[in-house]
Parts: sequence; C-alpha cells; structure tokens
Amino acid sequence: MNNERTTMNTQATGTHSVSISAAQARGGVEREAMSLADEKTKVEVKNLNLYYGNDQALKNINLTIPEKRVTAFIGPSGCGKSTLLRCFNRMNDLVDICRIEGEILMDGQNIYDRQVDVAELRRSIGMVFQKPNPFPKSIYENVAYGLRLQGVNSKRVLDEVVERSLRSAALWDEVKDRLQDNAFGMSGGQQQRLVIARAIAIEPEVILLDEPASALDPISTLKIEELINDLKNDYTIVIVTHNMQQAARVSDYTAFMYMGDLIEYGDTDTLFTNPDKKQTEDYITGRYG
Amino acid sequence: MKAWFKSGAPWIWLNGGAVAFCMIMVVGLIGLIAVRGFGHFWPADIAQVEIIDRDGNRQVVMGEVVRAQTITAAVARDGGHHVPEGVDLLTRYLFKQGNRDQTSNDFAWHFETGMGEFQYPKDAYQIERREWGNFYGQPVSLSRNGEVIAIASEANFWSDIQESIQRSIQIHRDIHTIERGEIGRMNTQIERLRLDGRRLELSNPSLEQRAAEEARIAAERDRLDQEYAILRVELDALYESTRRDTLRMRMSDGREVDLSLAAIVRITAPNAMSVPQKMGQYVERLWEFLTTPPREANTEGGIFPAIFGTVTMVFVMSIIVTPFGILAAIYLREYARQNLMTRIIRISVYNLAGVPSIVYGVFGLGFFVYFLGGNIDRLFYEAALPTPTFGTPGLFWASLTLALLTLPIVIVSTEEGLARIPSTIRQGSLALGATKSETLWKVIVPLATPAMMTGLILAIARAAGEVAPLMLVGVVKLAPTLPIDATFPFIHLDRKIMHLGFHIYDVGFQSPSAEAARPLVYATALVLVLLIVILNLTAISIRNRLRERYRSASD
Repeated sequence: MNNERTTMNTQATGTHSVSISAAQARGGVEREAMSLADEKTKVEVKNLNLYYGNDQALKNINLTIPEKRVTAFIGPSGCGKSTLLRCFNRMNDLVDICRIEGEILMDGQNIYDRQVDVAELRRSIGMVFQKPNPFPKSIYENVAYGLRLQGVNSKRVLDEVVERSLRSAALWDEVKDRLQDNAFGMSGGQQQRLVIARAIAIEPEVILLDEPASALDPISTLKIEELINDLKNDYTIVIVTHNMQQAARVSDYTAFMYMGDLIEYGDTDTLFTNPDKKQTEDYITGRYG
Repeated sequence: MKAWFKSGAPWIWLNGGAVAFCMIMVVGLIGLIAVRGFGHFWPADIAQVEIIDRDGNRQVVMGEVVRAQTITAAVARDGGHHVPEGVDLLTRYLFKQGNRDQTSNDFAWHFETGMGEFQYPKDAYQIERREWGNFYGQPVSLSRNGEVIAIASEANFWSDIQESIQRSIQIHRDIHTIERGEIGRMNTQIERLRLDGRRLELSNPSLEQRAAEEARIAAERDRLDQEYAILRVELDALYESTRRDTLRMRMSDGREVDLSLAAIVRITAPNAMSVPQKMGQYVERLWEFLTTPPREANTEGGIFPAIFGTVTMVFVMSIIVTPFGILAAIYLREYARQNLMTRIIRISVYNLAGVPSIVYGVFGLGFFVYFLGGNIDRLFYEAALPTPTFGTPGLFWASLTLALLTLPIVIVSTEEGLARIPSTIRQGSLALGATKSETLWKVIVPLATPAMMTGLILAIARAAGEVAPLMLVGVVKLAPTLPIDATFPFIHLDRKIMHLGFHIYDVGFQSPSAEAARPLVYATALVLVLLIVILNLTAISIRNRLRERYRSASD
C-alpha cells in the first residue's frame, strides 16, 4: 500500500527512481558520510517562534544552515517550511499580522535586529519562488534589474553580469540571441531559470528556493536540479520541496517539519535511510503527506 | 419542449437576441443622426411651383422641398385652408423658401391642392448670405458702382459673378485678419496698459516713479492710438471696396432685390449641377461646417469652435484627472492600511461616480469659480478687478469640474488594475532588495498602465459627452475666441469655451428658427459621437500597445 503510493508520487513527478533512498536516487553512488558538526555555519536559527495573529505557525525552531551546502526543508502542506524559509529574507514582514520571536543569525549577525536594512539583507539572501515570476521586461532587463536597483548603469558591467548569470543558470545558450525579447515569451522552465539568474546576478550569499520545480515539467525539473548542484559550489542553498525524491537527490542536509515543529534535522542520507523519529519515517515512507 | 429547454438552446437564443437588439439600437441611432445630419449638406434642387394660398390667391413659390407630409382634410380645414369636398387625405410640402429679410417666413407648408407642376429652372440660385439666411431667386444683373456690367442672359455671367465673389471673400478675409489679428493684439496691449495704470494706483509708489510710469503709459497709448488710426483708415477703405458690386435678383413673386456681394458667402445653381459637381459642393460645405465658426445665432456656418473647445477641455481634464486619480488609487491600494477608514473612503469614491453631474456643476460654480477663482483674482489679478479673470466660469474650471466628475472612474479602474497584479511579481522584486517604492515604480505601475488607460478612456467618454455641469462652469453658446491662440500665454485657461454637447442643446432649443436648426442638431450630434469615438480609439490603441508589452503578466 505504502509502496504503491510512493510509486505513484514518483511517477507523478516524472522521475525514474522508484525507491526513495537518497543513495539510490543519486544513481547508487554512495557519498562520504557528512555531519553537521563538521560544517561551517552560515545561518543559525535560535528559538524561533512565529505567529499569524493568534495561530502559532513555527514553534521554537532551532537549526543551523551550513555554508555552501544544500539544505532541504520537507514536510506536509501547512507544516511551516515555507514560512521558515521566508523568515530568512524577512518576506514575512509583508504580512501585517505576522509576529516573530527569537533570532536568526547570519554570519553571527541577527537579521531581525532593528539596525538591519531589509533591502540590504535581501540583496545578500536571494529568493526564487514556486511560480516563475519574471518581470514584464526583456530577458536582459530582468537579469539586470537587481543591479540597476543598486545604481549600476554601466553597459559593460551589466552585459558582463547578465552573461555570467545566464551562463550560471544554464540559460545563456538558449537565450543569447533574444536577450531583448520579453521574458514572458519563454517557457515555464526557462522562466524559472531566468529567475534564478536574476537572483544570482546580485551575487547573494544565500539562495532560498521555495518549491522551485513544482510548477515545471520533468525535463525542466531535471535542469533545475542540475543547476542547484552546480550552484552549491558558490552559494549556500536552502530549498523547500514537497517532493521527497527531489530533496533526496539535491540536498546534503534535510529538515523534516510537521505542524510548525522541527521534527528531525540531519544529513540527507541518514534522514532518508535511517530516521530517528517515527514521524519522519512515516512521512518519508508515505504514511501521510 | 422540455428537452429543448434542457439543451440550453433557449439561452443561446436569448443571449444572441439581446446582442442583436443592442446592435439594432446602436446602428439605428448612428444611422438616424448620420442620414439626417449629413443629408443637410447635399445641394438640393430648387423647385418652383404655383400654389393657391390660404386666401385662395395664386402665387409662385421657390425653394427646396424639405419634406412632405400627409394629413387629413379635417386638420387642414381647421387650419383655415380651403379643401374641396370629397377629399379625405391631402399632402403638404415643407418648402425652405429663404429670403427671410423679404418675406419673413423662410420655411412654409404648401398644400398640393391646386398646386401646379414642379419646375426646376436652371438659373435658380441658392445664395448663402452672412446674414438673414439663404436667398432663393433668379438672377437679373450684376452691377459695379451702380453700373450694370453683366446681365443674366449673357454667357459669361456666371463666371463674372464667381470672380466678384472671390474678390469680396478675399477682402472679407483681409478685414477679418486685421480685426482679429492686429486690432486684437492692440486691444490686448491697451488692456495691459490699463492694468499697468491700475497697478500703479494700487502700489502707491514715490512721486517721480509714478510720473515716469504715467509718462510711459501715456506714450505707449499714444503710439497705439496712432497705429490704430492707420489701421482704421485701411479698414474703412476695405469696407468701402466690398460695397463695389451688387447682384440684382428676382424673387419668385416677381420682385427684384439688390444684394451686396459683401454679404454673400456662396452662390450655387443646384439645378444646373451634375452629380459630381454636387458631390464637390457637398464636400466643400461639409468642410466648411467642420472648420468655420458659426454665424447667425449658431443656425448657419460651422461648429469649429465647439469641436476645438470640446477637445481642449477633454485634454485639460485628462491632464488633471490622470495624476490625481492614479496617485490616489496607488495610495489606497498599496500604502494605506486596509481598515474601516479605507473602506469608507473607497465606498465614498464609488458613490461619487453616481452623483448626478449637475451637482458637480453647482459645486464647481460655488467652490471652484466663486471661492477659488475669486481668491486667485484677489491675489494675482487685483489690478483687473472688478472684472473677474478666474473668478468667472472658464475652460480651467470646466475641466476641473469634469476631472472631479471622472476621478472615481480613474481611481476604481486603477485600483482594480493594481489588485490584479500577482503578488509573486511584487515579492520577486522585493526579494531582489528593492524597496517598496522601487517595486512600485519599476514593476507594479508599468504593469498597471493598461488599467489606468482603461480608466482614462472611460473618463474621456464620460467627460466629452457631459453637458449639464458645463453650462454652469465655463461653456457658452458663442465664444468670441478660441482657448488656444498665438498671444501669450497661448493656452488661455480663463477663457470661456464652446462645447459640442451644449451646442446641440443651444441650436436645438434656443435657436430662432427650429426648421433651420434641425439638420444642424443632427450633424452636430454626429460630430460629437465621432469625436468621442476618435478620442476613445486613440486611447484604446495606446492601451493595446501597452498591453501587448506586458501581455501575460496581468492575465
């Protein structure tokens, strides 16, 4: 029964892997064992509580995000994983009724400190959303947008950054001849990679991905996943995903959340093959979610 | 039957029928005003016929047959007409006879009873005059300085007349240029000098300053008086020379009348014209209608000042309403906290759109004209008082009142446009480190421009057709000057303007001759409709171009 459901999920997301083992998902290649204790911490969440009005959406979250690694948040819908992600670049500030307690330290500095300039913070923590959201501008202008905001107007610099970003997002070869075309003319997968290019054009330190492939077809999903793998050499990446195979494939560390609680957090291989908690096991074997 | 209802076919018929009904109404409306209005410019044949008048006398009448009507004999007998026994129905014809200065009634009904054969004499002339309306008759002779130089039977009579008319029209144009141009400019300067003098009295300067200033004003005035005297002589000479030629015409009753060519705009002989010639004449008259000012209490001539006034007013209105409406909508949607207060404001704005327009007119008159305008006059135009400058209805106040009237439309559609923009785009920009205002001006507002244009289109459509409030705040039946001209400051916001909507009302209801005014009402209405259509199409094409640029984002 459980196996069947997992299989169906897998087929629905279009990957060829049937098993949910992280190692198998990577094509059977076993990696070196990883441990959070050995990693350099980029972001640290301390006693984070988040309320929407009277409802508590995040309950006393404590975790560390390692530098230049991919960390995945998984969990059923409404478990608070996207909310947690949005805490990192303070997107929750846009919600009037949202209230936050606790600290998030990036390189030791609390990003909820009063002196922190939110716009400045968001420049160093880029974000990619579930649905591709290019601006109604040309491809070129989409990528250059962040730089233009910072007052960069030199054509030479912009050209260079646009090309480098599009190359990093594995999009350059597809769009180099139509940079001045409207970004809406691109396919969904291309738009999502454009949005990633737009995020890395301003050279953030952390990139937040909020279900980046959920609206895409399998081939585009594959390209995004490959891209994530390339990007982790330069950036710290945090990804929220519904798709456990995806988490297993792309991430180094995985956090499982449920009903606003952080249930289990550890390296991806261990979490998927040998979880500590019963809830985690139930979830990854498809008993719920 | 039940199955037919279930199939949904009745709904399709019902919906299709509703669309067809609307189409018939629109096409019928446009068709009616187009036929009635534009038929007026076609050079109709001039009929000459012998009739028996009410008193039983025989007489010959000449004119254009405007329409025919069948009435019962009883009605005719009640009207005091003699109708033979045994006749139940009879036809009567409305003749446009012209010659108002000679016979007093230029439109008259004539019964077919006892009517002779309709004749269309080739030499029947229709003469458009600057005063007294049209003249219909047959030519006798052309005189110069009292000497007959050509008689009607001569072959080159027609070309002689045309030559004389060309000359008198040219002289008339020269006179107009001098009066409107040079003398108008002088009047402005004299008025300025008067204001300088008045300002001098108000400012209370030292004695020598006052003396110097007064001397300057006096000198200027002397110079202008001299210039004026020279022009006056020139004008008198021109007026004298227009009186050179006269045309002797014979009316249908046999009387002969001398017409000075100075008072004639155009002579045509429609009975002698071929169809292409009539077409040429048609285009000429239509062009004249669109490009010249009205004459004779708006019943003759063109409607150019009204077209110009309407367009200018709509443009000024757009310039005022667009920024206000858009900024208000942006604040309401993007910055204001969504609470009871904003709800109340929003409901008030929506309700403003339903307030009768005359109420805006009353408000405009009371607040804008008397209060704002009066204070502006006291502060900046003190020298001109008690003559008001802005404290009287004028273009600016009319535009401002209409801007207020159309403000809700712009606010509502801009707000809707802003609300339609997906929040992901907003967040995408914020996530790149843009501040709220950067996001707004670089991403959100460009995306919402099609919606703003939609609001502006609706506003223009409403404003261009509005009449009631304008009567109170700046539109008059006859404005001597256009609101834009070559004298500083070029756009005269304080001037009164003419407006097509009001022109229709004025010609239709205030005109001395209802029959003469009728086709003009239709023609003016058609021009108004076309003008609104053109304004709308322009705005729509701009919007479509914008929408193309931001295609799928707002879908």
